[in-house]
Amino acid sequence: MSVLVYTENWDGKFKKLSFELVSYATAVAKMFNTTVTAVSIGKVNESELIKLGNFGANKIINVNNDKLINLDSQAYTSVISEISLKENASVIIISNNNTGKGIAPRLSVRLKAGVGSGVSRLPLSMNPFIVYKRTYSGNAFAHLVIKSDIKILTLSQNSFDLIETAGNPTIENLSPAIDGSLLKTVVKDVQKQTGKILLTDADIVVSGGRGMKSPDNWPPLVELATLLGAATACSRPVSDEGWRPHEEHTGQTGKIIAPNLYIAVGISGATQHLAGISSSKYIVAINSDKDAPIFEAAQYGIVGDAMKVLPKLVEAVKEIRK
Amino acid sequence: MKILVCISNVPDTTTKIKFAEGNTSIDSAGIQWVINPWDELSLTRALELKDDATSGIKSVTVIHVGQASSEPTIRKALAIGADDAIRINAASSDGWFVAAQIAEIVKKEQFDIIMCGLESSDYNGSIVGGMISEFLGIPSVSAVSGIKFENGQPVMIREIDGGKEVVTVPVPFVAIVQKGIAKEPRIAAMRGIMMARSKTVKLIEPVSVDPLTEIVEFEKPAPRAACKFIDAENPALLLDLLLNEAKVI
Repeated sequence: MSVLVYTENWDGKFKKLSFELVSYATAVAKMFNTTVTAVSIGKVNESELIKLGNFGANKIINVNNDKLINLDSQAYTSVISEISLKENASVIIISNNNTGKGIAPRLSVRLKAGVGSGVSRLPLSMNPFIVYKRTYSGNAFAHLVIKSDIKILTLSQNSFDLIETAGNPTIENLSPAIDGSLLKTVVKDVQKQTGKILLTDADIVVSGGRGMKSPDNWPPLVELATLLGAATACSRPVSDEGWRPHEEHTGQTGKIIAPNLYIAVGISGATQHLAGISSSKYIVAINSDKDAPIFEAAQYGIVGDAMKVLPKLVEAVKEIRK
Repeated sequence: MKILVCISNVPDTTTKIKFAEGNTSIDSAGIQWVINPWDELSLTRALELKDDATSGIKSVTVIHVGQASSEPTIRKALAIGADDAIRINAASSDGWFVAAQIAEIVKKEQFDIIMCGLESSDYNGSIVGGMISEFLGIPSVSAVSGIKFENGQPVMIREIDGGKEVVTVPVPFVAIVQKGIAKEPRIAAMRGIMMARSKTVKLIEPVSVDPLTEIVEFEKPAPRAACKFIDAENPALLLDLLLNEAKVI
């Protein structure tokens, strides 16, 4: 048996998310006293692939075929399921991001493998196989038994610490034959944000709510985010009003994030908002209402008008950065 | 063309979740059950497409796997505007079971577009839509935040890490939808509520499928420590705490 991990790349590069997945896979493999095989699909250089070894991958399968340039969940599922069978994988680990959500359930049906989605800890037990997963949008966690022989786990982003190990992985190049009739997804256009820190990747997030009062009041919030190297986010009313783009909406129906630090400015902290941010390691709340529920979720709080507190905070950050 | 919208019956999002029977099931006392928020947005967009005569959408059917207790949620979907409904008469044991049931129906009744929410707000599985498509061997597009028709063909926007793609796949397909698909959920009007009473809810017994997973226990997240308040006049102290106590900046 082995543990298989699918490591997505972004323009040929891995990111922290990829290394979290490999660190997690390595820890699971230790529980089973077995090895980790990482699968990469697309054009990734050997110098980049080898980085997966630093987090414990024993073997890296580098799949390259020009037909796999765009994500086609059926084609990707075929490739990963064939490799899983060849590698005799009993646990398959995939990110719980949009790509993973497209692939994991298809792979499940292909391999008759139960899925534990949104895991944030190592399995609680091996036999029976029990995982700890997010339920009720973060208001609870479930102990889920996976009964099938093969298990698929999707890992929540930023939920597992990187563990570096000295690795010496083997790299195997694979160019599978792809049945062209399988490729049904046609990508007509791509719009990518450039030069911005992605909300889901960010270690620090500065987020604004209705307490910001007007879209014109965002500059000091954006300045604070820039100074801290943070991504910007917002609450649902703010994105619904069109004050900020809907990609910034964090909360139950928006993005679910788990940064090290989440700074909530003028956000009251409705249940639906907390559902998207409750896995943050630290939460700072700035709100004029001392009874706002956000203070129950926060470790640090400032009671005050956002428009008065933000400029002072910006000055204070500039002071310590000198 | 026909659209099938898969709907889940979940506790209202403001519910304080409590558990019963030794933390093995949800305590349903006082819970208001609603259509899963993403499914409600799917339904809204499906109806908007049907309203647009150029789309060629002839009907919108909702499907739900659940027991008789979820009838009010199905009626609500009909009141919002779905033409008819199908209920598979079984407890929704796990995502695998639910997807297998829905796939059986699609095999018998032809649907062109099957819409599923990105996740349900109870089990947060994000798996049913993808599983249905694989059971049927048809394409799926995940994280769809927009769908429209161009020259009679559905064109979707899918969210990727750090951007968007405009994609097409041939029908039939499964669209796994997220926020953005519709601006706001459509609300049932009085006329819709009246009309819903006479619409058909087809009751179908489940096919035999063994679930692959089972929840054996729920637990609440550990309570957070009390908030430390910092004087609004002295934000430097906050930075000091973030730098030296939390060590996060």
